[in-house]
Amino acid sequence: MSVTTSQLGRDRHRRLDAAPAIITAAEVSKAFRLPHQRYSTLKERVLHPFASSTYDTLQALDDVSFDVKRGEFYGIVGRNGSGKSTLLKCLAGIYGIDRGEMEVAGRLSPFIELGVGFNPDLTARDNVLVNAIMLGLSRREAKRRFDDIIAFAELEDFIDLKLKNYSSGMNIRLGFSVAIQVDAEILLVDEVLAVGDASFQRKCYDEFGRMRDAGKTIVFVTHDMGAVERFCDRAMLLEKGRVLEIGGPDHVSMRYTEVNFGYLPDADSPAEEAAAPECRVRSAWIEDEHGERIVSSFQGELCRACMEVEFDADMDYPVFSITFRNDVRHIIFVATSAPHGPPGPFRAGDRALVRLSFANWLAPSRYALTPAVTTWDPDYRVVDQREDLASLIVEAPRHTGGATDLPTELEITRL
Amino acid sequence: MSASRATARYRGPTAVGDDLRRLVNLTFTLAANDFKLRFFGSALGYLWSLMRPLLLFGVLYFVFTEVVRFGGDVKHYPVYLLAAIVMFSFFSETTSRGVTSLIERETLLRKIRFPRMVVPLSVALHALFNLGLNLVVVFIFVFASGIDPRWSWLEMLPLILLLVMLSTGTTMLLSALFVRYRDVQPIWEVVLQILFYASPIIYVTASFPDSVERKAMANPITAVLTQMRHALIDPAAPTAAQAIGGGVRLLIPLLVTAVVFALGIWVFTKEAPRIAEDL
Repeated sequence: MSVTTSQLGRDRHRRLDAAPAIITAAEVSKAFRLPHQRYSTLKERVLHPFASSTYDTLQALDDVSFDVKRGEFYGIVGRNGSGKSTLLKCLAGIYGIDRGEMEVAGRLSPFIELGVGFNPDLTARDNVLVNAIMLGLSRREAKRRFDDIIAFAELEDFIDLKLKNYSSGMNIRLGFSVAIQVDAEILLVDEVLAVGDASFQRKCYDEFGRMRDAGKTIVFVTHDMGAVERFCDRAMLLEKGRVLEIGGPDHVSMRYTEVNFGYLPDADSPAEEAAAPECRVRSAWIEDEHGERIVSSFQGELCRACMEVEFDADMDYPVFSITFRNDVRHIIFVATSAPHGPPGPFRAGDRALVRLSFANWLAPSRYALTPAVTTWDPDYRVVDQREDLASLIVEAPRHTGGATDLPTELEITRL
Repeated sequence: MSASRATARYRGPTAVGDDLRRLVNLTFTLAANDFKLRFFGSALGYLWSLMRPLLLFGVLYFVFTEVVRFGGDVKHYPVYLLAAIVMFSFFSETTSRGVTSLIERETLLRKIRFPRMVVPLSVALHALFNLGLNLVVVFIFVFASGIDPRWSWLEMLPLILLLVMLSTGTTMLLSALFVRYRDVQPIWEVVLQILFYASPIIYVTASFPDSVERKAMANPITAVLTQMRHALIDPAAPTAAQAIGGGVRLLIPLLVTAVVFALGIWVFTKEAPRIAEDL
């Protein structure tokens, strides 16, 4: 099973390597002018005719070059204010660029956010039609695809409800459903999966998978390294408008974590070497019982929380753990090797794959996984820890309100 | 193309875009939607859009026929008053809502690539829907006053077209300027007030001395309303050509309209790529 998957993966990579570029950006720069004092009234303009020449320049994009292959799933990651959204807006043609060249050889989706222009006072029916037309469908096409849109969003019962009575999750569902109906070869997606309930997120992921298989090109902006590793063929890391890294998703997500938490900006420098921890967490993910990597799981299924660790120095008794936090950042579950006893010594240069199996009785939600390596008792010093390196969506038929749904047995005796 | 220059496609969104059908489609959709939303939730619904010009008409009619005894020598004065109010309302509604239209559509402009001109055009189209409804009422008054149908009524179509050009041009100009200069709005409110009294709505230009009348006719709204009076209400009233003192001079209000229209398009097209950033 896993052999065929990796075989498919290799085929895909070979195919993508040979594919022509569908987006080419060369030395793209974009600056925003931020006047010291904005002269927005005529009087000020008349009173200070020459003063307006002083302004700050915010270099939102600085010399950005990259290319996206036809059929590629391309991730753009970076911290807030790193220029991700500006880049997406430039790609979408909403902002003009100052310098550089951009070529797009295909029909591009014209929007970067879901549900733009939804009006809370109109019904879902009206909103879907308007939104579909805004996004580029003709009136007739919009009407023809209306049923598909509503069916995908699973909102058949709420068609004539005003949007202000919708939950935010329902809004996103509707927005996503319209967006995937738009005829575009290239989709630009900005942070869609942060909301919506677990089962809809799974559908979105499935839909992404289908689009991938259908050969669509997707440029995807996100903070979710789990999604990057799962979907993206390549990714780019932006920081202060500059490209910091372009490469494989696992490599980029590791760099992202480093940038985000301030360690190892460049691991090669000898000064860093001295302070470097004994080991580094390379990646983390969840597998099902067959060893397939998954992003979502049904409640009750066997799951394996996995992490790959590379040792840079000898460590006699490391403790491996993966902390599960839910949407509101509460720690729900920590899978740890501690109860299993000391795992034995590792030498510098060793690499270890750690798997912690558990029956997944977590409540349906989205979980952020933080892998960590600590030292053994008594001090539990954190050697390496990667915040929110992976994610897991748990689905269940019911929501009980508890943080976990441990299996129960029922016994009722009449008295 | 040298590497240092942005590809044409990436200089930002254009005013008109490359797909005219999308422009028309979007303009119509936004206008229809606004129309639907405007009186949404009110008991009388669309009737309110008739109510405003009718109420204004009622007040002005009362003041100028009962209180100050004005317009007695103007044939079918009430019908003229109403028709003129309705026509002027179209102009003032388009332009005053048009000024802030880009700001109000901020989310759309920042998140979707679409021809920027859709925004002011949809405002004008929305006002045109209202004009259509209001004209129905005007014609009811026309019939009720015992005015017989004439072929010259068809002149209303080119007259409305002129008014649409004037309003749309003004709206494009003002909306683009408002993004940069926020005091365009209060200034325009004052200008509209002045225009209301400077245009022959509660009076007719025929009562002016010839020299004054000819100058007043440089205002395209005056020309349109004067010709409307002749074509729609009173064939005995002077045509616009007579009022301005010769058909050739009619080029003046036409030229004013054309210049405003062209200026609006030029300024808007120039500003379009940066609108999303400057909002």
